[in-house]
Amino acid sequence: MTIPKAKAVALISGGLDSLLAAHVAIEQGVHVEGINFFTGFCVEGHTHAIRKQDRSKPKRNNALWVAEQLGIKLHIIDIIEEYKAVVFNPRYGYGANLNPCLDCKIFMVRKAHEWCLKQGFDFIVTGEVIGQRPMSQRKDTMPVVSRQSGAEDRLLRPLCAKNLPPTLPEREGWVDREKLYDFSGRSRKPQMALAARFGFKDYAQPAGGCCFLTDAQYSSKLADLWRSRGEKRYELDDIMLLKVGRHFRPKPGFKVIVAREEGEGKFLQGYRKQFLSLSTTSHPGPLALIDGEVEPADIELAARLISRYSKGRNEEKVEVEVRQPDGSSHQLRVQPLAPSDIPEAWHL
Amino acid sequence: MSNIIVDARGLLCPMPVIRVQDCVSTLDAGELVEAVCSDPGALNDIPAWCRINGHRVVRTQEKDDEYIVVLEVGEL
Ligand code: SF4
Repeated sequence: MTIPKAKAVALISGGLDSLLAAHVAIEQGVHVEGINFFTGFCVEGHTHAIRKQDRSKPKRNNALWVAEQLGIKLHIIDIIEEYKAVVFNPRYGYGANLNPCLDCKIFMVRKAHEWCLKQGFDFIVTGEVIGQRPMSQRKDTMPVVSRQSGAEDRLLRPLCAKNLPPTLPEREGWVDREKLYDFSGRSRKPQMALAARFGFKDYAQPAGGCCFLTDAQYSSKLADLWRSRGEKRYELDDIMLLKVGRHFRPKPGFKVIVAREEGEGKFLQGYRKQFLSLSTTSHPGPLALIDGEVEPADIELAARLISRYSKGRNEEKVEVEVRQPDGSSHQLRVQPLAPSDIPEAWHL
Repeated sequence: MSNIIVDARGLLCPMPVIRVQDCVSTLDAGELVEAVCSDPGALNDIPAWCRINGHRVVRTQEKDDEYIVVLEVGEL
């Protein structure tokens, strides 16, 4: 009689650590499937898709790529709505920027645990390493994630398990504790050595973290959005638009988003039915969107601003088409702003 | 039998993959799904998703900034 394999779901971010952790479990004979959560802030894929200059590079989704390397199924789960509560009110606070890493980890492990219960899986695997990240991966936060997520000792971290008390999969003999690892600290060398031993090349190594919330500039744009709305609130389109273009806020309630190149312009075009949009017609230039309730003087200012980024920037006058969300439009003839006319404080 | 259409235009990856995944989970093996996308990344991601989850890509097509992937649902 063959004993049925234990079943685990591995949190797959697309980075090296989760790839290794899942591989360790697979090597020990566990049936592993991957789960990847899409929060809307993930770095994956789309910035490459938007920006034209990156189009020649492969546009792979790293989570899918990792699953393919491992030969496992991957379930991608949309958690955009539920995740808002994590970003708005993180119980354990934010990291260096608006990244609520500890709450985020707890939330994702909880969702994975619920998935396990529904699908009849036995435990969860993550690529966490003690001391790897200052906020969410510390010796004292490891038990917090296990406990607060409800996963308790059904959460296995194969890369640092030997530094932690034995979990259920170890005690039940589903995995052999002796063949797990004792990594700790910020160094990436042990992971790279293990990757080489397993024969993995060409893996992704995100520098700051797995999402845009760790990015200082992105976080400041998000904070600006909340300030201008007077509350913490966003929709998927809002947080996507924060990834694209130059953002200027000449005054509260009036923001201009200017495409930096053709790919971004195309992306912004998709929003012309939701926002007032501007484009230069006398000279090649970028597309821009206006966010907020604006007056004619604001529109003229936005027109002068985008002219500054058009080929007509040194001309006396540039023509700009102003298009309403309903498709109606009118033309303006404006003088492009000089760089010195654009206060530093407008830049977000 | 006509293809089941997943309109993923205006969505950025991985949303088109998620839409396809959610649609496929309600279908039987052998049924055909046609995903219409505007993000060129879908031409990589949907076939990759199919390969790892046991579905077959019937064809991919690129026309006028639209990217189409037709797939046949495999045994789940
Ligand atoms: S970097 Fe982003 S996705 Fe990763 S744990 Fe922190 S908040 Fe969550």
